[in-house]
Parts: sequence; C-alpha cells; structure tokens
Amino acid sequence: MFVDFFHDLKSNGVPVSLREYLSLLEALDRDVINRDIEEFYYLSRAALVKDEKNLDKFDVVFGKTFKGLQALSESEIAEIPTEWLQSLTENFLTEEEKAAVEALGGWEKIMEELQKRLEEQKERHEGGNKWIGTGGTSPFGADGYNPEGIRIGQEKGRHGRAVKVWDKRDYKNLDGDVEIGTRNIKVALRRLRRFARDGVPDKLDLDGTIKSTANAGYLDIKLEAERRNKINVLLFFDVGGSMDPHIKLCEELFSAARSEFKTMEHFYFHNCLYEGVWKDNARRHTDKMPTWDVLHKYPADYKIIFVGDASMSPYEIVHAGASVEHWNEEAGGVWLQRVVDIYTSAVWLNPTPERFWTHSGSTDLIKRIFNDRMFPLTLDGLDAAMRELSR
Amino acid sequence: MSGKFEGTQNYIATEDLRIAVNAALTLERPLLVKGEPGTGKTVLAEEVAKALGLELLTWHIKSTTKAHQGLYEYDAITRLRDSQLGDERVKDIKNYINRGKLWEAFAYEGRVVLLIDEIDKADIEFPNDLLQELDRMEFFVYETGETIKAETRPLVIITSNNEKELPDAFLRRCFFHYIAFPDHETMTEIVKVHFPDLKSRLVKEALSVFYEVREVPGLKKKPSTSELLDWLKLLMNEDIDETTLRERDPNKLIPPLHGALLKNEQDVQLFEKLAFLARRERN
Repeated sequence: MFVDFFHDLKSNGVPVSLREYLSLLEALDRDVINRDIEEFYYLSRAALVKDEKNLDKFDVVFGKTFKGLQALSESEIAEIPTEWLQSLTENFLTEEEKAAVEALGGWEKIMEELQKRLEEQKERHEGGNKWIGTGGTSPFGADGYNPEGIRIGQEKGRHGRAVKVWDKRDYKNLDGDVEIGTRNIKVALRRLRRFARDGVPDKLDLDGTIKSTANAGYLDIKLEAERRNKINVLLFFDVGGSMDPHIKLCEELFSAARSEFKTMEHFYFHNCLYEGVWKDNARRHTDKMPTWDVLHKYPADYKIIFVGDASMSPYEIVHAGASVEHWNEEAGGVWLQRVVDIYTSAVWLNPTPERFWTHSGSTDLIKRIFNDRMFPLTLDGLDAAMRELSR
Repeated sequence: MSGKFEGTQNYIATEDLRIAVNAALTLERPLLVKGEPGTGKTVLAEEVAKALGLELLTWHIKSTTKAHQGLYEYDAITRLRDSQLGDERVKDIKNYINRGKLWEAFAYEGRVVLLIDEIDKADIEFPNDLLQELDRMEFFVYETGETIKAETRPLVIITSNNEKELPDAFLRRCFFHYIAFPDHETMTEIVKVHFPDLKSRLVKEALSVFYEVREVPGLKKKPSTSELLDWLKLLMNEDIDETTLRERDPNKLIPPLHGALLKNEQDVQLFEKLAFLARRERN
C-alpha cells in the first residue's frame, strides 16, 4: 500500500524495518485513525520513526510522497504560503527587480517561480554538499541565498495554518549529523566501556555466598569488588593554527571524555606529532614531555584518540625538519607510525567534514598511517570510532 | 477494552500524542516517550491512566536496576536465615519470591497502565533483557517452574531522557512519541489548566519573558514547562503583577525570581552580562 513511501524512507536514511511497516498497516487496519492525512502523518510517524534525530528526514520524505494528496485535500494550501513567500521576496528583491519581474508575468507567476526555486534549493541543499547560488539570469537576482538562514517553512510557516505540520520541519535541529553537544558526545563515548571488578572487595557477592554457604553448611559471607570501567584513554589534541575554528567542538569532546573515562590522559601537539608533547598550552615551550616518555609510560592496552584536522604541509609528515615551529630530527609520520605500531587501537578524529578530506594530501597520508581509522568529528563518526576502539 | 484516549482536564494532549497513545492502546505495543527534561513525560503516563480510568503501576529505573528485578527476585538471603532458624516458611520457595512490577502488571485483573520511567538510566543492555517479556507479555519463573502470562496486556509507557541510545530491536517493537517543546499557544493552555485563576495579562507577560529567556543564545539549560509552572507559582506567591514584568528596565533585565527559571550559575552570569551590556548601550 505504502511500499514506495517505505522505500523512500529507507533510501533517505530513516532506519525503518518491515516489522514497523507491518505494525503501521495493522494500526490502519484496526482503525486507530480516521481517514485523514494529518492523522495518518502522526500515526506513521509514531510507528516508523524511533529517534527524534530522524524526525526531520521523515518530514521531508512524507512531504515529498504525499504532496499530491495534500494539494487535493486542502484547497487553501496555495493561499498562505504565498504570504510568506511574498514577505520573502520583499526581503530579497530590490524595487527595480520587482518591477522587472512584474513585467515578466505578474506577482502570481513570480510566486510560482520562487516556490519552485525554493523547493529546488531545499532539496539540493539537503541531498548534496554544494552551495548553490541561484544563477545570474534569474529574476530574483540575489545570488546564493541560503535557505538555512531564512528558515523556509520554519519560523514564518509556523503561524500560517495551511502550512502542513511536516512542512514546518520543527525537528530540523535534532538531526544527528548537525548537532553535537556534550550530552550526545557522552552517549557516543559510552560505547567504549569495559567493566571489570577491580579494587577493594566491598560488595556482597550473592552467588559466591550462596555457594560457599551450601558447601560449608553455615552462613559464609563472600564479598567482591564493584564493577568499574576499565578503559584507559590517551587523547592527543592538535592546537593552534587551522584548529582554531574547531575549538568549541574540541572543548565539548574534551569535557565529555573527561567525565566519561576514569583514566584519561591528554596531551597537545601542533599540526603533527613530533618528539615532544605538552599538557598545558600556556607552558608549551618550557614544559614539554618527550614523546618517547609518553610511549614508554602508557601500556599498549591504552586506547589512543587523536583529534586534529590533519591539514598541514605534507612535508611535515614525510620529511625531517619540516615542522613549522622547530627543527625536528625525525619526520612526523615516523612518530605517528610509532604510536600506531605500539597501540593496537588508535583512531584519528577529524573535525573538518569528510567531504573535504580529499582536498588535502596530508589528510590522506595520515589516514593511511592510521590504516583508514580516521573518522569525522560528528556524532556518527564518533560512534563509529568508539566501535572501532572497543573491538 | 477501554475507550480511546482524548486528554484530560489537567493535561493538554496534542493531536500527535493522542494518536500515538491510541495506536499503542489498540495494537497493545509499548509506547516510548522522549523529550526535553521537564516537558511532562512522566505526567503523561499518569494522565493517560486517569483518562482511561485505569490503575497506574510505576517502575522507576535507576542506574543499578536490573531487568529481572522487574519480573521477580528470589530472596535467597532471607531463606538462608530462616533455614538456620528453622522457620516453617522455608519449605515453600514461593514465600521467598518477591514480585516485580512487570509481574504485578501481568497478573493484574483487567487492564492496567505500566510506566517504565527513565529507561535510559539503566545499563545499555537493560532494554534488550526485557525484549521478550514486553513482546509476549509472559515470562518463566525458574524457581517454581510456572509461567506468568498477562491475561489482558497492560499498556506499557516507557520514558527516556536520551542519556543512552536504545537498541534497535527494542525500538522496532514500540510506538514512538517525541514531546516537542510546546509553542506559545499550547503553553498558554497548559498554564491555564494549572492556574485557572491567573490573570490572562500576567500569563501573557510571563510567557513572553519566559520565551525570551529560552531564546537567549548560549544558555546551558533552557527553562522548561515544569520550571515555568514553578516560576508562575512563585510570582503568584510574591504578588508580582504584570507591570513589573513588563518593565523592560535595563537595570532589571534579569526577570524577577529568576532562580526558578535559571538553574545554572553560568546562565545567571550570562544574563547579568547581557544586562550590563544593555545598560551600557543606553548610557
């Protein structure tokens, strides 16, 4: 019945399964809702979407699939979007342009045209990663306005009745690829847990007590240690230079990681790992710790996380003496290779979006040194990285 | 079978919530409710139960809660002690089996609403351990060899604060409802339900202050519905009228009794800083 809708959802990255589809059909069969498009929207949302970060994707697909229906059942639909479109155009067109456009075919025509354009832009913007300008010959002139900025179908649409619920896209900022906060990071980091009983035995070991009581014939209390997270983490942060735009993200990651792991050590480096790292950025030139000491101090079962944009001159990785700050006897790549050789689980988190990685040769080099274990610093990337580390 | 859920006098149910509850009710599947803290997830279960005229059983989940605690617990220690004292009860193992909330709900005569509150507080594996029990609404008691099966399946409502991700297999079996933050209109209604005597002008002013506070960029913790209600209660107690609220005096940029709205030192500081900037601009 709604197989196309189901497939569209799936191909747009909403994780739906047959079971959920069947329960939607079952609910329809049992007359949970009246025959009403809006109620159907709510029902299918409750049945198919299980995570608020997917609500926005769902709204988009729903809007696309049931567009015809919507237009049929609501005649006023054309009325109110025009209002906000109108106000939109006012923002974007100069008086002259408006006059020129008016000559083209009048207000209505423009509205149509603009709506079409907005839709195009919306879709293209979501689907791809290119920034699209509207192009020169357009009567609207303003090149490359950004639908995010004016929030089409969000703020303005909210008060307009005829704008359908799914077109409001209220859940836009809950999309998993967009937002990253410490709470979310913590959840992702939590994947990296390995419990072990360690320390002073101070909890009643019920099974042990029962067993030894049965053996001894009298109450024989046994104690055991509490379960604790045994994961040890070593964090290396790239600081300064090209990392400045990512400071906030790194801060969040740092604070989340600090509260999540009991044993976490962190060090800073600049651009690439060389013979010295430091713990305090204010005293980076006086209090450097030799990297050899770090590698010797922490055993090989530590999990290594590098955080850096990996964009530098490729010479820094392959040639000795190429560091921008000092004369280095050995190339950065040699040091990175040492880390990867000693610690079996090591990942590199890169705050620059994945699509730009191919643009810098150094990113590619580092990725190769890390055996492809480079992940973007988004929630999904972090998730994948933690999975890799907990292997 | 009880009727459909339509919201109550005390609880404003939006259309999507109503449908989600009804779907869960009709298909007898669990309903998972998520949302910002303070948007009324727990209250929802209470109100659903009230609206349907059903009893509510609540199982609060803590970080130490284990799945089997919801089914039953075998109290081995008491039995051990009784055996040493020669108590007669010791002969029947049934005396030492303590029923959990799921057992209570399954064994309940007629339909009941079972609230599993804050499921994300427990260990990551917790929901997986309950899959079968929630799906079939039955479980086996090893100690006595009996099977507990629900005669009428209870309506299970599960709330989550999103601290941990829930496993896919678990999600597939639930209906899902995300409580969005109420908009201005819904909020006015909610306030009216809670404080029917409040002057509408005061409500209007208070709400606009409230939404302004929420709009301030960079707040660590945005105030939510429950904080708004607390704040309104305070405003009423202190007899603050709408003119005080309306005063957009730069010296008083921080709303009166802000302690109820802002729960974080840094947020209060941020507000003070903004107030300071605004004052400097005037001068």
